Amino acid sequence: MALLELCNLSRRFGDLVAVDDVSLSIESGEFVTLLGPSGCGKTTLLRMIAGFELPDSGRILLDGRDLVDTPPEKRPLNTVFQSYALFPHMSVAENVAFPLELAGKDPATVKARVREALADVHLEDKAAAYPHELSGGQKQRVALARGLVNRPRLLLLDEPLAALDAKLREEMQHELIDLQREVGITFVFVTHAQDEALALSHRIAVMNQGRVEQFDEPSKIYGFPQNRFVADFIGNTNMLGVEVIEVASDHLRLAVPGLGEIVAPAREDARAGQRGWFAVRPEQVSIGTRHDAELKNHFFGKVRDFIYVGNVTTYTVELANGTQLEALLPNSAPGRARFFEAGDEVTVAWRHDAGVFLHV
Amino acid sequence: MRSPWPGDTMRACSSMYSRLTRWLVSLPPTLFLLVFFVAPSLIMIVASFRFPGDYGGLAPLVADGHWQVTLETYRFFFSDFIYTEIFIKSFGVALATTLICILLAYPLAWLITRSPKRHRDLMVLLAILPFASNFLIRIYAWMIILGPQAALARVVNGLLASFGLEPVSLLFSPFAVLVGMVYVHLPFMILPLYTNLDRHDPVLLDAAQDLGANAWRRFWRITWPLSLPGIYSGSALVFIPVLGMFAIPEILGGTGDILIGNLIKDQFLGTRDWPFGSTLSIMLTMAVLGCAGLAAWFARPRGGRHA
Repeated sequence: MALLELCNLSRRFGDLVAVDDVSLSIESGEFVTLLGPSGCGKTTLLRMIAGFELPDSGRILLDGRDLVDTPPEKRPLNTVFQSYALFPHMSVAENVAFPLELAGKDPATVKARVREALADVHLEDKAAAYPHELSGGQKQRVALARGLVNRPRLLLLDEPLAALDAKLREEMQHELIDLQREVGITFVFVTHAQDEALALSHRIAVMNQGRVEQFDEPSKIYGFPQNRFVADFIGNTNMLGVEVIEVASDHLRLAVPGLGEIVAPAREDARAGQRGWFAVRPEQVSIGTRHDAELKNHFFGKVRDFIYVGNVTTYTVELANGTQLEALLPNSAPGRARFFEAGDEVTVAWRHDAGVFLHV
Repeated sequence: MRSPWPGDTMRACSSMYSRLTRWLVSLPPTLFLLVFFVAPSLIMIVASFRFPGDYGGLAPLVADGHWQVTLETYRFFFSDFIYTEIFIKSFGVALATTLICILLAYPLAWLITRSPKRHRDLMVLLAILPFASNFLIRIYAWMIILGPQAALARVVNGLLASFGLEPVSLLFSPFAVLVGMVYVHLPFMILPLYTNLDRHDPVLLDAAQDLGANAWRRFWRITWPLSLPGIYSGSALVFIPVLGMFAIPEILGGTGDILIGNLIKDQFLGTRDWPFGSTLSIMLTMAVLGCAGLAAWFARPRGGRHA
């Protein structure tokens, strides 16, 4: 049985449908991320799980038990808020002890558990400090310790890294992964940062306009987006308008107007004659001067411009039909940062098993 | 010698300029306080050691080539317990007024912060609206409300009679004094409390609830401790003026309800014993300072920064 089951959850605010018929099933011990642009309903969904919002319809089952009638203080789950929400009049130890005291634990247990929780987040030496004396990363850790100390069934995290600077954020990502593995508590994490979602999660639910567009492992989300929104939202992608010519068991043949044919990975629900999009990642597109026979999909084009960012160079190549395609070249050869200049005639190509066909 | 760095001269100029500005800005209030606070206080301290004049006022400080100073007023203050008693009673009234103000103002201030934004200013305005009319007129109005012929007294005495009890007088009683005190000072408690409660981050209550706190515990563990600075400043604004208040006990109180304020006023305007009036005034100031010190010690920050 899944730990948390969301069944057809909906919530509107006036005319706005914040969450639209969302169903998700989260297993025990998972690190699940709700990812989407601001206003996609991910925070509303999180607040419904926490109990701060009530769904208009649908059910929230935790261990098979419906939570809808349970107020937030009685739900066996805790939240880490974006602003940390540490109590300013309590020391770090008092903050962490708060949920234990409310649960009626005896003082000896409280003391031991607080020490343990602070050790988990490497803050043993800050027990007596007050929140305003801590750095952003330290506040974050206190919030985590406070959320985990009572061993909830589920920890909800509402953009907890958003307020940290880039370097600290990366550090905290590693700590979050370690911490989650150590305590074994299920994390539901909300963010609008795709790199964070890809780096942290076991599974990602990509949300848009109140709906879950795709719920899958990070590599599937990135490598096999289900629709145009997911392909566009996660990473960079080349999008070509195509028409399906042939549906085979192991591949698709697609026609690109004014350009020719593409061989693409099979997709069961594709039908001949259907219009749609072909999405291929820039790093899957190779760029060269010669025709490479191994790559089935290749086109001639002209380099429009390029962006050198150190580890890679991204070339924009204009194809015969005017489509612009991005190709990414790693700068692995020392001293040879640039291979092509604007105006160079080149071929772009990709493997027949790269890219995906997307419905309109 | 000129500085080789032109910037140094400029920096020196600007620092001198800013120091000058600071002096100019702080000079008028400093002068004002020197003339109208420090000087009168010193005069009062000196006056408390002098002899009263034959027809009120003060006797000359130097007569027959001798300083005419005495500790008589202080001896007098401590020789008769009645003065200490009035002090204690005054502190009791001030304390009761402060506590009642807290009880009344807290829910009201909380209600204002929880109201829609567009209503809040109006509600604050309503809370301070009584200030728009004259203080004495408002106190006299209470004479009518509490008077023996008013509906309130009739209802109360009717109820008492039905239990077979003697009728009471609402007016000219400690009760009337307390009502007047609370009525006049309530806004001074509402405003600092409202300002404090308004600054509380609502997400703290969400966090407390999320961690298992019910409404009662959210109040006692989060809202109440965070509002203590507001309570403290409101209490100071109520407690201290109530201690010195003489108009309300005089108008609404009976003969036995005089407080320090009345006592001091009488020394200057009635008995015309200025040295003793000064002594009483100094004792009051000392007592207030003692209270403030005690309160500051109680409310001393223990590392936490509130709200």
